[in-house]
Amino acid sequence: MKVLVPVKRVIDYNIRPRVKADGSGVDLVNVKMSMNPFDEIALEEAVRLREKGQASEVIAVSIGPAKAQDTLRTALAMGADRAILIVVETEVEPLAVAKLLKAVADEEQPGVVILGKQAIDDDCNQTGQMLAALMGRPQGTFASAVSVAGDRVEVTREVDGGLETVSLALPAVITADLRLNEPRYASLPNIMKARSKPLAQKTPADYRVDITPRLTTLKVAEPPVRAAGVVLDSVDALVAKLKELGISA
Amino acid sequence: MKTLVWAEHENGRLKDASLPTVTAAAKLGEVDLLVAGAGVAGVAQAAAQIVGVGQVLVADDEAYAHALPENLAPLVVELMAGYDAFLAPATSTGKNIAPRVAALLDVMQLSDILSVEGPQTFTRAIYAGNAIATVKSSDAKLVITVRGSTFAKAVASGGVATISPVSGPGNQELSNFVRADIAQSTRPELTSAKVVVAGGRALGSAEKFQDVIEPLADKLKAAVGASRAAVDAGYVPNDYQVGQTGKIVAPEFYFAIGISGAIQHLAGMKDAKTIVAINADPEAPIFGVADYGLVGDLFEIVPALTAKL
Repeated sequence: MKVLVPVKRVIDYNIRPRVKADGSGVDLVNVKMSMNPFDEIALEEAVRLREKGQASEVIAVSIGPAKAQDTLRTALAMGADRAILIVVETEVEPLAVAKLLKAVADEEQPGVVILGKQAIDDDCNQTGQMLAALMGRPQGTFASAVSVAGDRVEVTREVDGGLETVSLALPAVITADLRLNEPRYASLPNIMKARSKPLAQKTPADYRVDITPRLTTLKVAEPPVRAAGVVLDSVDALVAKLKELGISA
Repeated sequence: MKTLVWAEHENGRLKDASLPTVTAAAKLGEVDLLVAGAGVAGVAQAAAQIVGVGQVLVADDEAYAHALPENLAPLVVELMAGYDAFLAPATSTGKNIAPRVAALLDVMQLSDILSVEGPQTFTRAIYAGNAIATVKSSDAKLVITVRGSTFAKAVASGGVATISPVSGPGNQELSNFVRADIAQSTRPELTSAKVVVAGGRALGSAEKFQDVIEPLADKLKAAVGASRAAVDAGYVPNDYQVGQTGKIVAPEFYFAIGISGAIQHLAGMKDAKTIVAINADPEAPIFGVADYGLVGDLFEIVPALTAKL
């Protein structure tokens, strides 16, 4: 069984994004970029499935600028066997990403596709569900545990009230939540080895997918800033303030 | 515009999350509700009371129990022939279903909207709430998830909607519900509570979290939340997490106790009306958003606060 893992190059988790002065977007020039943290978790899960003998091959795929090669090399260093880069220099919406991934899945016929549950740049939380819909296959979103048995996979999902477990017919699409696993760091020898692993370059035209955006961003603004508060000197002062504001105990 | 709103329910009870979604839909046009599930006549009755709802569509079928998206999305897609927009709350259930519907309709979804600016234009938070984007859709139909904390709740009683049964393609035989581990709590729902008491890594253990946070929450009839660090450390279950990837809350009062205030956590609570931070580190970023702060040992401060309130 092949496992397909889509990965996205995004602003690094630790960087505070800055809105451009002209309101056209977020400034990404000379900003550290990394693999979307949820995608690292997805990739780790795929590599573990291969290590357990349940998967034969892990294929990482990225849709993004030529620089997303770096992200794919990281994926290869973490344990992916080969990579596919679909080069698009403009922003691609989740619906178009899902269509491209569907085309890749048609070619590769993976038993499982594991994605991060959302990208930390657009925070859309859509691609996995959309891909499952387009493939006509079941989805296990927000996964905190995955267990493959025969022709089904059990996925434990993080839901608003706690946890929920579903059983899905394979092939299936899974999206990774934070507590699915702790991704490994790529070791230096593996980083060296990754350089010689295959990385194919494609374009959306190769898959005959129309990636024209459906949404137009009219403006991007800073969120409203909260007025600076005060540090109080005692519990009594805090109690007085809270009572003034009408807190009921 | 005709809109169809996904009504979220659990154990035969309509959930609060449906109400702000109705408010958002009403800004676009007429509102009908979809109640799908097994044995949901009572939920449909409650849904028909919501002010502003014209019609409640009821799909009562075992296939729609447990809100499995594989079965629900085809039902919604069929119904959408008669609607211009589909709206769901941005809850774990709404986020599971809506994109599946959007892809089947060939529509780019608008996720977790904060406001309705026009018939096709909305605002939404990106980059963990560090930027607010205004986006306009060019799709013929809209699929939207709604952030509950930024829309007022529709009035839950006094409405006179008609109730109509509908049916759909039924079980797609792709997925089964196995089990749920849902904690039963007498506390208010985290996402709609007036007061939230949240704890972080500084609590140090599950026992101390319980000993320090719970009594204050009891006193204030508050929901209990936590930072990712506290959840990862196993002090509390995952459903307590507030933040970019957990729950987004906007209560009247938010107590951040032993929480440093990573941007991912701030994304989930900075719309609270009053934020109180209690932390040993005066440089903690949480003080940058707090209205009132106390610097010191939370193990002394919080019990004292609980006693004095």
